[in-house]
Amino acid sequence: MRGAFRYLGRNPSLTVGIALLAALGLFVIIGNLLVDTHDSRPLSVPTLRPPSRDFPFGTDRQGRDLLAVMVAGTPLTLRIGFIAGFFGVGLGTVLAFIAAYYRGLVDTMIRGIADIGLTVPGLLVLIIIAVSIKGTLTVSQMALVVASLAWLYPTRTIRAQVLSLRERGYVEVARLSGMSGPGIIFLELMPNLLPYLAATLVSAVSSAILASIALEVLGLGPIDAPTLGMTLYWVNFNAAMINGWWWWWIAPTVIILTVFLGLFFLTVGLDEIANPRLRRSA
Amino acid sequence: MQAAYVARRFGVFLLIVWLAGTLNFFLPRMSGQDPVRTKLLQQAALGGYVQGGIEEMTREYERRFGLDKPLWRQYLTYLHDISQLDFNYSIANYPRTVRELVADALPWTIGLLGITTLLSFGIGTLLGALLAWPRAPRWMVWLMPPLWALHAIPFFLLGLILTYLLAFQMPLLPIFGGYSAGITPALSWSFAWDVLQHALLPALSIILVATGGWALGMRGMTVTILGEDYVVFAEAKGLRASTVFMRYCVRNAILPQVTALALALGQILSGAVLVEVIFGYPGIGTLLYQAIRENDHFVIQGIVFTVIVALGFTTFVLDVVYPWLDPRISYHRT
Repeated sequence: MRGAFRYLGRNPSLTVGIALLAALGLFVIIGNLLVDTHDSRPLSVPTLRPPSRDFPFGTDRQGRDLLAVMVAGTPLTLRIGFIAGFFGVGLGTVLAFIAAYYRGLVDTMIRGIADIGLTVPGLLVLIIIAVSIKGTLTVSQMALVVASLAWLYPTRTIRAQVLSLRERGYVEVARLSGMSGPGIIFLELMPNLLPYLAATLVSAVSSAILASIALEVLGLGPIDAPTLGMTLYWVNFNAAMINGWWWWWIAPTVIILTVFLGLFFLTVGLDEIANPRLRRSA
Repeated sequence: MQAAYVARRFGVFLLIVWLAGTLNFFLPRMSGQDPVRTKLLQQAALGGYVQGGIEEMTREYERRFGLDKPLWRQYLTYLHDISQLDFNYSIANYPRTVRELVADALPWTIGLLGITTLLSFGIGTLLGALLAWPRAPRWMVWLMPPLWALHAIPFFLLGLILTYLLAFQMPLLPIFGGYSAGITPALSWSFAWDVLQHALLPALSIILVATGGWALGMRGMTVTILGEDYVVFAEAKGLRASTVFMRYCVRNAILPQVTALALALGQILSGAVLVEVIFGYPGIGTLLYQAIRENDHFVIQGIVFTVIVALGFTTFVLDVVYPWLDPRISYHRT
């Protein structure tokens, strides 16, 4: 424990990232104890009240208590990010290992698909997928839509990492001493890949959240869910900025900022663990 | 060899075009929607003039639109149409065609994105190289934290904050649109000035974020290259510092930056779509937003296809130019 704290002192990015996300977690947990999240539904409270003692974050035009919306919506948005992120990195890892293990045609195909997929603007493909689905999406469907492209970037970067790892001396020694393929993958490669996978996961979660917010702001999100992106959709829909209802967009903006800054610094901190060479240059 | 390289890259471009078209064709069909019947049922439910004979009408419409033909025939017709950028009529803005709508919006997006991407790439790359350069002024160190923090923020979120500060609190810049309401677009200085004023906030929110990303990437590359033997050798030879910096460091470090640029174009565009929506900028993003609100499928498909093709072409051009930047690659097959 003491060692962990001392390490955090040497890795300020990791500290800042963890602190920001922990603050967000505390906000949601304490908020759930103090606030009735049912007030995140329309017509629960008086409309368009600026922040006051009763409504610290104010209320919106459809009569939602914005504090309740934030408390209920933050975990929803994070859930979309985590489902899509885990799916992306999971599938990406499997594909990367298949590509790096078999090489040849399989590798060329997997790499080709990932490369071409990455040059295509993901948001537009997600829009076509979301538009094609019948009816409005639920939060879980939203996560799956975003996940459908979330594996491209992890596949590409993890593959490169595996290719460099498998040429290392200790892998060679394991192979020469007769270790089986799965043995090499799980006992030699995986442990060395884990910090890297963690960093990839965090950045995949971050881009999944961004993609989901983008779809939601465009009006393709779960219409009746109080997610952060949907809140911004209503802000834009009702022209809250021009009408001077500043409290309506301040709350989601601050929370989304915290999410992205927290995840970004976490990635940088984990990168530093995964790739000690960065320490010199940072 | 050169022709073969260009041909191969062009093949990839054609593949992207074909994929985009195929996606557009099959995805909506996979969901099992039946647009003709849905529309007729909607009208019937609204108490309209259609009451009986919906089955016959559905069949007749499907025959007229060619929907009774086998799927592969429809697919070939579709590919033929979109290869001529014919996406049919807009449902919400009939009788305007999708092609007209997209053609009206595209220059705004290309202008905004082209200028902001070039500026942020140029400034960011130079800034990043300077940040790694030991002889750069000391105060530059202080630029790092804000660049890092800005880099993590989505374009549109910074756009919201900037709008509030610079257009709402201190009304320095216009808050909305591509040009003032009531002005007719014309080739005059006053109109150009008006357009520039309106573009400033969206452009600023893209540039401030993107510059940080390019600076961070370039800084990392330059740090690696500073440790190379040839840089030490160049310094030992007594070359001027500016020569070592530009010809030895920047020249080499810029190569991965260009590769990253080709890969980032899609992401930049995705981000810019939201910026346009937030600012009501009359480009592709706003058109897309309205099309989604009005369920205008043809416009959505037209935009997605056009943008994917346009970006694919840009990537193709970057690919062809790249060996000229990096002679080591040459046009040989790797």
